[in-house]
Amino acid sequence: MAQSAEVDFSPGKAQLVDLAALKSRFARIDEWVASPDGNSIAAPVKTEEGRFTICVNDQTWPDSFDLLWMLRYTPAGKLMALVQSDFEWTVAVDGKPWENTFEYVWQPRWSRDGEIIAALCKKDNEYGVVIEDKPWENRFKAVRDFALSEDGKRAAVTVQTDSLGEADVPGFFEGVWSLAVDGQLWDKKYINTWSPIFNADGSKVAAQIRTDICEYSISVDGADWTERYGCVWEPIFKGTNGTVIAPIRHGKNWTLAEDGRPIWSGEYNQLWRHSFSPDGSKLAAIVSPEFGRWTIAVDDKPWKRRFKDMVLEPTFSPDSKRVAAPVKSDGRWNIAVDGEVSGQGWDQIWDPVFTPDGAHVLAKAKQDKGFLVVCDGKPVRTNLSLCWDPIVSPDGQHVMLRYVEDEKYVREVVPIEELAR
Amino acid sequence: MKFKKTPESLVKDPGLDETIKNLTPERIVQVVNRVLTKENSARLQAYLDTCVHCGLCADACHTYVSRDKDPLFAPVSKVRQTLWELVRRKGNVDGEFIRNAARIAFTECGVCRRCSMYCPFGIDMAYLLLIVRRICSLLGVVPVYLQDTTNSHSVTSNQMWVQQDEWIDTLQWQEEEAQAELSTVRIPLEKEGADVMYSVIAPEPKILAQLLGNMAIIFKAAGEDWTMPATDGWDNSNMAMYSGDFEIMGRVERLHWETAARLKVKKIIMGECGHAFRGAVYDGPRWLSWQYPPIPMIHAIEYYYDLISSGRIKIKQKYQEHVTIQDPCNTVRGRGLGDKLRYIVDALCEKFTDVDPKQEHNYCCAAGGGVINCGPPWKRSRMLSNRVKAEQLGKTGADVIITPCHNCHSGIEDIIGFYNLGMHVKFINEILVECMEKPEESEG
Repeated sequence: MAQSAEVDFSPGKAQLVDLAALKSRFARIDEWVASPDGNSIAAPVKTEEGRFTICVNDQTWPDSFDLLWMLRYTPAGKLMALVQSDFEWTVAVDGKPWENTFEYVWQPRWSRDGEIIAALCKKDNEYGVVIEDKPWENRFKAVRDFALSEDGKRAAVTVQTDSLGEADVPGFFEGVWSLAVDGQLWDKKYINTWSPIFNADGSKVAAQIRTDICEYSISVDGADWTERYGCVWEPIFKGTNGTVIAPIRHGKNWTLAEDGRPIWSGEYNQLWRHSFSPDGSKLAAIVSPEFGRWTIAVDDKPWKRRFKDMVLEPTFSPDSKRVAAPVKSDGRWNIAVDGEVSGQGWDQIWDPVFTPDGAHVLAKAKQDKGFLVVCDGKPVRTNLSLCWDPIVSPDGQHVMLRYVEDEKYVREVVPIEELAR
Repeated sequence: MKFKKTPESLVKDPGLDETIKNLTPERIVQVVNRVLTKENSARLQAYLDTCVHCGLCADACHTYVSRDKDPLFAPVSKVRQTLWELVRRKGNVDGEFIRNAARIAFTECGVCRRCSMYCPFGIDMAYLLLIVRRICSLLGVVPVYLQDTTNSHSVTSNQMWVQQDEWIDTLQWQEEEAQAELSTVRIPLEKEGADVMYSVIAPEPKILAQLLGNMAIIFKAAGEDWTMPATDGWDNSNMAMYSGDFEIMGRVERLHWETAARLKVKKIIMGECGHAFRGAVYDGPRWLSWQYPPIPMIHAIEYYYDLISSGRIKIKQKYQEHVTIQDPCNTVRGRGLGDKLRYIVDALCEKFTDVDPKQEHNYCCAAGGGVINCGPPWKRSRMLSNRVKAEQLGKTGADVIITPCHNCHSGIEDIIGFYNLGMHVKFINEILVECMEKPEESEG
């Protein structure tokens, strides 16, 4: 999300870039991305055979590259891409490539404020992490799941600790996977480790572990929960006391456990993607109370309304009072808010965006080939060729819309009352 | 009951031979009772109570027919030697019993479900053999190469230990390769909001990368708005489903569907693979509590049919070789795509001779169901178990066998070699890209 305090939310509509005019300049233009302040739009472009660069509004970066992909704006407005020159890959930020180069670099991550950028990297056939152009000194035989602390200073990644021969099943079950945090291995090895996550201040790391063919648990800084389960999913930290909460499977059913002890009495066919409200007082999760039916449970109380196809991760309003989630039934996506759905449904929908007081919910959606913006279930801009998530001003009075219409990139700030009318 | 010694029972596989040494009677009883009473109940009991041991399933089985109707290889016999005994003895069996049960369940039954069509009561024999596999998996007694594939799924979510950088690098390389054929082709990575996510199985980036480039050309010609993930979750295959490790199966399927949801696509189109369709559309979603796939999943056969029948892809010239078909069990018997497959082949090929039996009655390739993943130790047994397939294919007189499934493709290739059929195998993808009109050609 943008640093919206620094963004100009003066109402008005401006056509900032004529994308049609750029088509004749470049042999190829890849996917456009819009900046969080709404003032820029950028895309990878092909300048000549085998040469690529970035075009920001109508200006190209001075450097060009053999290959280029994964162009993204961070929340701080930094424009980054993964670039290749002379068969070496690195990260380029705002036009400037990092000095360190790699055989490959991928999975970029950034700090919560978007100031610090990190990625996985491969050098001399070994794998590691690079943060702000500083690679870990220690590298590993293989890496997989990757997490960055909120401040971007620390990284954790699941790593393979020992080599295995072809089909070395006994060796695998002895445990050759662990976690490396800031390049340092945990003392313990496991059959599998997945989904590391830092707590809010970056001082602790939790991950899923597998300790036998069908024995799963959670480890926090290498200290495993004593309990073993038939399966577990991604853990999260509880903000206030640093305990860890994860979905666990007992028999055929799922519930939530905190530091190994069940905290929800409800037993579900499925449960995942749990998250706390901003004030830490509520806990919501995606659950399947009956086979083939999905909903959101808040503090162990499932919404009455069920959805047949899919429910995605819940989002709390900034005041922690409301919960919304993308839901799909009979092939139509919608946003459900506190269990109620008001829109007609669309082919695709993005995550809900609350106003600070939780009174209104916006989302980007897509129907057929056209994008649209939805406010409280009602389409407020339609038939857009491209569109990005709406951004609400800190005072909740205005919404910035970023979209492409008639081949023009448009930045529009609209009073919320106008959209919610 | 004693297992009869057969050449197959003497095959060495450390996944069976070594692992049974760690078993205790108590552990076996515990696992068997867990699986029989806690993981399975009414459906299993109904099947056990219903079977009248008539043996009508026998002639449906390629293994039984190929092995001169040896009763040991009849489906009912495979269940009798394994599950019925485990039930009757309440799990009081020894390691040697488990070893032989694993051999039968993993290597002599491809869970192809042909026998169920001939059972007067429609008993799903494959389900019963999968229960045996589940027991073996929890006991750690699984053919070593199949277990290694499951281990790969557990770590990488793909079945061939493909590293994340290798995956992306291969897509970028294949984009360049495809551009030699059609200069404007792309393989769009991580394009959120595309209509389609294309998912494949790991042999494609690992050993058959040209299939990815071919598909990029087909999508370009069709004007498709598509993408592929640059994260884990791109592999739609699932050998954990066949090794009996349902927890890893569920983990793999969840990531596949969540990846599609993250990319906000309308549907997934998948490459030419049968078991992956079964895992992604049926077994995986249900273990996770989805009644059906959360996002529509279109098999390549359905997609090619739509492209050709709607005119989105036009055929420039027909393929001249004499062809026949291998009907993949999971998409033809399991999904009913046999007519669409024949429509495609008729549209693409000048000379097509159908197999007999065909469509849902077709014989399995004997490679699916995880059997080929049991690896080199079991290859000879697999070949002996499908003489009937060699005879069936040979009778067509075709030069090329179209196999829209990776397991079928590899399994039929082995059969061609073992029985000296002098034929070749091809995916539809390879013939389609050769025969279709390409955009730059039509513009030119």
